[in-house]
This record gives sequence, C-alpha cells and structure tokens, in this order.
Amino acid sequence: MSTPALPTRALPLLSLIVCVLLWHVASSRHMNLGLVTFQNVPQPLEVVHAAWDLFQSPKLQNHLGASLGRVASGFLVAAALGVGLGLAIGRFRWVRETLMPPLEVARPIPAVAWIPLSILMFPSSEGSMIFITFVGALFPILLNTIHGVHGVDPRLIASARSLGTRRWAIFARVILPAAAPSVLTGLSIGMGTCWFCLVTAEMISGQYGIGYYTWESYTVQNYANIIVGMLLIGFLGMGSSVLLHRAGQALMPWYRPGGRP
Amino acid sequence: MNAILSLSELAPEVSTGRLDIDRVSIELGSGADRFTALADVSVNIAPGEFVCLLGPSGCGKSTLLGALAGHLTPSRGQLRLDGAPIGGPDPERGLVFQHHTLFPWLSVRDNVAYGLRMRGVGRAERHAQAMTWLKEVGLEGFEHHYPGALSGGMQQRVEIARVLINQPRVLLMDEPFGALDALTRLKMQELLLALWTRRRMTVVFVTHDIDEALFMADRILVMSARPGRVIEEIVVPAGRPRTAEWLTGASFIEHKRHCLALLRDPAVTVPLARLSPINPAADAADPAA
Repeated sequence: MSTPALPTRALPLLSLIVCVLLWHVASSRHMNLGLVTFQNVPQPLEVVHAAWDLFQSPKLQNHLGASLGRVASGFLVAAALGVGLGLAIGRFRWVRETLMPPLEVARPIPAVAWIPLSILMFPSSEGSMIFITFVGALFPILLNTIHGVHGVDPRLIASARSLGTRRWAIFARVILPAAAPSVLTGLSIGMGTCWFCLVTAEMISGQYGIGYYTWESYTVQNYANIIVGMLLIGFLGMGSSVLLHRAGQALMPWYRPGGRP
Repeated sequence: MNAILSLSELAPEVSTGRLDIDRVSIELGSGADRFTALADVSVNIAPGEFVCLLGPSGCGKSTLLGALAGHLTPSRGQLRLDGAPIGGPDPERGLVFQHHTLFPWLSVRDNVAYGLRMRGVGRAERHAQAMTWLKEVGLEGFEHHYPGALSGGMQQRVEIARVLINQPRVLLMDEPFGALDALTRLKMQELLLALWTRRRMTVVFVTHDIDEALFMADRILVMSARPGRVIEEIVVPAGRPRTAEWLTGASFIEHKRHCLALLRDPAVTVPLARLSPINPAADAADPAA
C-alpha cells in the first residue's frame, strides 16, 4: 500500500474533480453512448444553479430538518433493536431458532415494498416514514452484531467467568465490547442504508424532506433538482458515516482496523 | 513426600487448596464424535503443592484442567476443593491459558483490577492493589498500556497478576509459557516460582515440556491418551529453590530419560484431534449455547 507521498492528500479531491469534469463533458455534448445517453442529463452548472436556489429558499431548513429527524429516529430505533436482538440471537440458540426464521423472511423485502403496509399500520405518515428508514437500517446492524457475537473468543468468556463475572454481566463486560468493532461496521452500513431508503420513505410524505424534494422534482420533471437532492443525500450520508466512524474511534481507542494496536 | 517436606521449610504454612479428583471421567463432543477424554482419574493434591500434568496432546490434561476450573462437568466422579464439590467457575480457582485472554478494551491496570471490580471493590482500592500486583510481576510503568501493545511474555505477566489479585486457593495453568521463546519462558518460570514461594497456593500446571515439569513441579503426573488417564506419578526429588545444579545433575537427566521413555511409549502417543475443553466444537458443554 505504499504510494508516493504527494498524491495521498490530493487524490480524493482530484478524483471528485475528474468525475464532475467527465459529467460536464458528457452532458454538455449530449453524448450518446448507445447503451446510455446523456442527451437529457442536466449539466453541472444547471445543478449548481438549482442548488443555489434551494439554499436561498426558506424551505431548505424544513427539508433538512424533516429528513434528519426521520433518519435519526429510524436509525436509533434500528440500532437499539438490532444490537439488542443481535446479542441475544448470537448468544442463545433458542432465541436464534425462534427469531431467525421470520427475520430471514423479512430481510429480502425491499423498503419500497413496505410502503403500503406501513401506511396501513401507522396512523401518522411520520410514523410510517420512520418505519421505512428503520427497516433499511435494521438488518445490517442485526447481522453484523450476530456476526460479532459469534466471533467472540470463547476463552475470553471462560476467563471472565473464572474471574467472577456473573452470567448477565458477561454481556456488558465481555460480549458487547468484544463484538463492538463488528457492531460499529453494522451501524456504519445501517446508517448508509437509512439514507438509501430516505427517498422511498418520503414518497409517503406530502410536504418536506430531501427525499420528498427529490421525488417531487422527478414527478414535475425538474431534472436539475433531482440531482441536487441526490447529492444532498449523498453528502449527508457520507457526513453521518464519518461522524459514526469518529465516534467509534473515540469509544474504542484499543481498536485499530488492520490489527495495529 | 520428600518434596512436600522440603517445601514447608521455605514457605508459609498453607491449609487451603486441597484438591480431590475422585474417579473422574469426562466425555467430550456430541453424537458420533463423542469420546472419552478422561477415564477414571483419581488424584489427591495437597494444599500448596505444585503439580505438573505431563503428556502428549490429546491425553486429556487440558480437559482435566477445564474441569477443575469448573468449565466442564465430569460425566462420572467428583472434583472437590477443600472438601466442597466444584460446581462452576470461581475466582478461587484462577485459570491461565497458553495465549492470554486479557480484555483488549481495558488498560493493563483495569485488566488486573477486573476481579476486584466484579466483587464490588471501590476504584481507589482496586487501582492500588492492581499497582501492587503489577510491581510484583515486574510491569511497573505499563499500567496505562493496552494489552495489544505488550509482548507475549508481558501479556502473560499481566494475566498472572489478574488471576492472583483474587487470591485464589488454586492456580490452574494450561501450558502458560508454551508460546514464549526459550529465554522469556525461563524468566517466566522463575517469576512463577518466586510468586508461588511468597504466596503459597496449590498450582496445577499443564505442560508437554519435560524440562519445564522437572524444573517446576513437586510432583509430575504423566498422562497417556485414549482414553486419558494417569499412567505414572513422579515425585521430583529436588529442593527449593531449584538450582542450576539440579538442572544439570545426573538425577535430572535420569528423570528426564524416564519421562521421555514414558512419552515415547506407543500406547501414550496415539494421535488424536486436539480438542480444547473450552472450544466452540464442544458447544454441548456450554450451558449458554
């Protein structure tokens, strides 16, 4: 992995610039590549103008607030339930055998397929939107937690018991910290899928939200706005992943991916 | 007999730590893979005695240790500590593995203080005792390191301190120095003997290294595989502290030759898949699984 010193910092930025340039060239020349065509794709500058309009608009705060609130609520519920269930499923065979069959059936169902049922089940549309983001985040968190629990060295548990740890304290003292790196991976992927499901969730909404804004722009054929919405979701998702990663590092100073202590 | 007499000259009297292994058989695995790891073993270990279990892999020595620790339940027979049946894991029977089981998320000091924390000892007292023990094992100044930053020998020192802070009546060690280089191993053996001389407790020490057994033990129980059983008992006729004279003397060589002959016996060395008693493969033995 030893690359020259110079590009390491410039490379990520350069990569982004090249992507935008390629987009600009393809869309301004209305390139038609056969399989894909850029004839109707808005140009970067149009998108920048659309973004400027959105940033000037008083609605931006409402859009952001609504989306952040939904993602945060869905994610927090998914994190609590996913980690809790994951610990129990990973540790106890009878819990695993009871809960895994229905969960395995529910897992492949895409978020969009949950829309009708969630509208029927939740009295408020806010509830059903949070439920959709929750569904998106739950499974990565759950599965990574189970994986983490299975990976706990049984000798660690044996030692902890020999040192006087009671049965339930084993969870808090040994299993959770030992599985923490895996749980963090799950949370990080779950945060991504949460944003991933935001447009789906906000198809239900009638007023605000980045996902709603994106979906509405599509229905009124405002293509530049769609891309603004997409990029906003991308940046917010990336930002929350970075925050989560930082929090993980702060909470697990002993853990360095790559094995270096 | 000899050995125990010469011990009591050096060490403080100990009255606790008597182990009775009474006709114990242990079966491991499940279904068609089930086999007898230990067959009808009876041994009595005196308070403060240093006993080595010597044998090839698969002879059931780790299984016996796991049962003494309370992680395995005998299929037949009984294990008693000071007359009371052994029912499960307990800090009074400290356990040390070949590879350390320190918690990577706790600092060295918090690892050592862990047992006290489980007993509800206050923070200041915990830390003070942990520092005392770190000094005792020669790791002053490393209290704020994480275990991952230490060498293998240092990790085992922390492990020993973490177990001894609970003042166990019995110390159970499963090839604790098997993964260390020769020089570090020698230092660790000397450290363990020094600790044991100062704070006398019963030690059951599993090894397959004849030199180690002859250097450390009062008594060696030679075990054989399939089924695991004790085939010979050797009382080491050397005083304490053990000197270089003993290690290079004719008696040592003679005992070593005898042990080698025992371990080379084809009946002793039947190869068997290595099955650690505390292992996911032995899932059936884990009540939580």
